[in-house]
Amino acid sequence: MSNAPLLEVRGLNAWYGESHVLHGVDLDIREGETVTLLGRNGAGKTTTLRSIMGILRLREGAIRLRGEDILGLPLHKVAQAGIGYVPEERGIFASLNVSENLTLPPTVSKDGMSVEEIYELFPNLYERRSSQGTKLSGGEQQMLAIARVLRTGAKVILLDEPTEGLAPVIVQRIGDVLTALKKRGMTILLVEQNFRFARKVADRFYLMEDGRMVNAFPGHELDARMDELHEVLGV
Amino acid sequence: MSTIFGIPAPALFGQILIGLINGSFYALLSLGLAVIFGLLRIINFAHGAQYMLGAFAAYLLLTYAGIGYWPSLILAPLLVGLLAVVIEKTMLSRLYGVDPLYGLLLTFGLALILEGLFRYWFGAAGQPYAAPQQLVGAYNLGFMFMPIYRGWVVIASLVVCIGTWLLIEKTRLGAYLRAATENATLVQAFGVNVPRLLTLTYGLGAALAAIAGVLAAPIYQVSPLMGTNIIIVVFAVVVVGGMGSILGAIITGYMLGVLEGLTKVFYPEASNIVIFVIMAIVLLVRPAGLFGREE
Repeated sequence: MSNAPLLEVRGLNAWYGESHVLHGVDLDIREGETVTLLGRNGAGKTTTLRSIMGILRLREGAIRLRGEDILGLPLHKVAQAGIGYVPEERGIFASLNVSENLTLPPTVSKDGMSVEEIYELFPNLYERRSSQGTKLSGGEQQMLAIARVLRTGAKVILLDEPTEGLAPVIVQRIGDVLTALKKRGMTILLVEQNFRFARKVADRFYLMEDGRMVNAFPGHELDARMDELHEVLGV
Repeated sequence: MSTIFGIPAPALFGQILIGLINGSFYALLSLGLAVIFGLLRIINFAHGAQYMLGAFAAYLLLTYAGIGYWPSLILAPLLVGLLAVVIEKTMLSRLYGVDPLYGLLLTFGLALILEGLFRYWFGAAGQPYAAPQQLVGAYNLGFMFMPIYRGWVVIASLVVCIGTWLLIEKTRLGAYLRAATENATLVQAFGVNVPRLLTLTYGLGAALAAIAGVLAAPIYQVSPLMGTNIIIVVFAVVVVGGMGSILGAIITGYMLGVLEGLTKVFYPEASNIVIFVIMAIVLLVRPAGLFGREE
């Protein structure tokens, strides 16, 4: 069964109030894969992550984790089922210090990293463990947001634009972290605008437009498809 | 006899003590309101009724079951907290998605019903409730006599306030509560059962009001309207402290209690309005309250 997808999305429709924002999205991620969603701003990438997570509740279709439908679960059960979420806005809590932020999400399996391992991977966070969470730099906050879900033992990580607004040296650092996570067999669904960053880590790409999946291709075809992508993404 | 600013010392310290006692109740009650408002975004108008219920629970436990003050100090908050949990589960939780005004109206209506029921059953007059044997009498502090029970109230409320503050600032449950106050959806997306956290928080807030009620029973009489009288002042305290600020609620509670006591000594005519005058000034100068954060 190793070829069965770990996370499987079928015919996903979603609405913000009256407005229909996802139109029959299909998506597969196998265990250990890193899959990247590409698309213009407003194409529905973040909405797809929020719908899988269950933050956006007005949905139809199927979302299966290891074959089990999680679409009907209450929000907190989705994380408990093994999905970790790193939101675009990072979601670091101002009223919690770094170490409280790190240990906030309850662990969902025994496979998570220990706090010691995490501080080894992110020495900056260890040094600033008593600082207020939002006093960290943007890059450190992003590291903290990623570290936070690594501790829980989530099977799949939904990562929304981790490099947005960060300096190149920090982007590279985050790339190293993702590579390390891949080596550990982590399954990652990444939303990313930064090609150069995504090509290093992604096994496959999906292309979204107007709330639909319009294309899917393996990572090594990225270079050959550059012209086509530039046209769709307008970059 | 020694005088301070032309006031006899015993009178001055006596009023400060009364201020501290009132401040103890303001602090306990505004603390509960602040905890509830911070997380649930509901202005709990039933808070005064829950304080009254705490006092009545102690009175009824004693009258009908022979259960005395000390067990009541635990039992009454448990009972009132349990009732609050039922109210949250069956009614309040349905109002989270809508305008906060609905929560205010619901809790206001509940307060009217509860107070009306107890007035119907027990009349408007207060029922006496004796302080426990161990706390009867007074200490001579040298400069004044201090009734033991009143000293106990100040200490007990300080312990409960500090305990609640530690629970919120230093424990894992408190971290959930603080984080959910900032962004409940994200905390739930991390796997925390936020609906249950909301229920527990409302129960905790109501239990704090009930503790204040039991502590108040031997000082004031147990009466159906005891909550109505104090809750308006407590709302002013919460506004001065800053809606949703835990530490602000505690400090402002004691501070305004003492200030009210001092006003009784130096300018008695203003003692009933001094808290509201301060509220007006704070609203003019710092609309978010002394300890509140601008949103």
